[in-house]
Amino acid sequence: MERDDLIVNDSYAINASHSEEAGKAIRKKLYLVTLLLTAITVVEVFMGVAFKRNGTFAWETIKLGFLVLTLVKAAYIVLVFMHLGDERKNLKYVILLPYALFIMYLIFIGLYEGTAIQSAVSTWK
Amino acid sequence: MAGHTQNLSKDELWGGNASPFGATYGKMMMWYFLVSDALTFGGLLTAYGVIRHSSSEPWPVGEQVFEALPGLHGSYPLMYVALMTFILIISSVTMVLAVEAGHRRDKKSVVKWLGYTIIGGFFFLASQAWEWSHFIHGSGGGFQINKSMTIIGELENGEKIQMSVNAGTWVNMTSEFGHEYEHAMEGGHEAAPAEEHGHGGHGAHAEEHAAPAHVDVNSLKPTELILNKYVLEHKDGKDIRKVKVTGEDCQKLWDAKGDGTMAFGANMHKNEYAIQQQYANFFFFVTGFHGFHVFSGVVINIIVWFMALGGEFERRGHYETIEKIGLYWHFVDLVWVFVFTFFYLI
Repeated sequence: MERDDLIVNDSYAINASHSEEAGKAIRKKLYLVTLLLTAITVVEVFMGVAFKRNGTFAWETIKLGFLVLTLVKAAYIVLVFMHLGDERKNLKYVILLPYALFIMYLIFIGLYEGTAIQSAVSTWK
Repeated sequence: MAGHTQNLSKDELWGGNASPFGATYGKMMMWYFLVSDALTFGGLLTAYGVIRHSSSEPWPVGEQVFEALPGLHGSYPLMYVALMTFILIISSVTMVLAVEAGHRRDKKSVVKWLGYTIIGGFFFLASQAWEWSHFIHGSGGGFQINKSMTIIGELENGEKIQMSVNAGTWVNMTSEFGHEYEHAMEGGHEAAPAEEHGHGGHGAHAEEHAAPAHVDVNSLKPTELILNKYVLEHKDGKDIRKVKVTGEDCQKLWDAKGDGTMAFGANMHKNEYAIQQQYANFFFFVTGFHGFHVFSGVVINIIVWFMALGGEFERRGHYETIEKIGLYWHFVDLVWVFVFTFFYLI
């Protein structure tokens, strides 16, 4: 039987190695992303220390800001460092879509259940 | 790395002679593994969110719990964990540089960057060991009071505030008194050197530990206790945290300490940070599980580093293995980004 794990044609990414010049451009991009990720982390820590958590609208916004910054960081890691952004569309969506679907459902059901548990506990008290 | 993939027509792509994903079997399976592993971590973090969301007691605040630096005294909120995050991001960058060097078949650079990645991994593991050690040893311990009372405390800015505290409220001791009391409770041991107790950041208290052995626990009385040391409440739009209680009110709180509620640091049954034990348990499980991933990653990286050094990938004609372990290593970094947000920031 023919093996399907061998590299048979140029459609595989690994076969297409890149040149020295292309490498230079890629490295430049990587350093820029590094700078960006570091800057975001610094901003996050600054926000965590500087802003007061007093349950007001402002803190809710800041919490949302943390989530957005985290997702931006995650997107850069997955799309650039793990170069999923450069993979063929089929692969990209086979990885991302099922996960996004499951995790959104999980978060929804988690928050829903959490609220229910809290209200049940405070009713019994 | 655009341009690595070719534009193939639909017929060619799905016709059976080419991989529609443009990836080898091994890389594909690494991605599938990472998706399943991401679901595990997603489940753990969601469970943490559910417990925290359904909790009616105030939850510990990251910047109040994690504010120590090794060997230094004072408050440096989130600095240490920011450093850990930075180390992991940098080791992720060196890994992606190793992958890039692999695409150029540049063995020397692969060995160099992968080597830096391994060093970064060790730094992260050592940092996490210190973080755990500090978390386990705690900074003074605490107890629950068994009756309600009204006390006057002092906020961080010196403002006095009257508080009615209920039975079951968590009260913390200062690190100086707490350590002295813990030693006395253990009872009649030799005066131990401070290093043995490994509470980094409190090395300045070596002299307390040199106190003579056989101190009677009942003779020890605190001069200062702290309310809301790790948690935060709001009253009339004001932050109520780290409330110092001294004098007569301190004595009142001390006399009301509940039997068997005393906790120092954290373990799987008790913790000084919160009334909720789930807080410590989730911290141990999620950061521990992540740390285990980092550890496996470092081991795998070392093996592949030796393979690269020995010219194995030159013989194979490609450096795809670097790409696969790179995916795993970036995933570990990715998980930490989320752990950092949910355990330390929010």
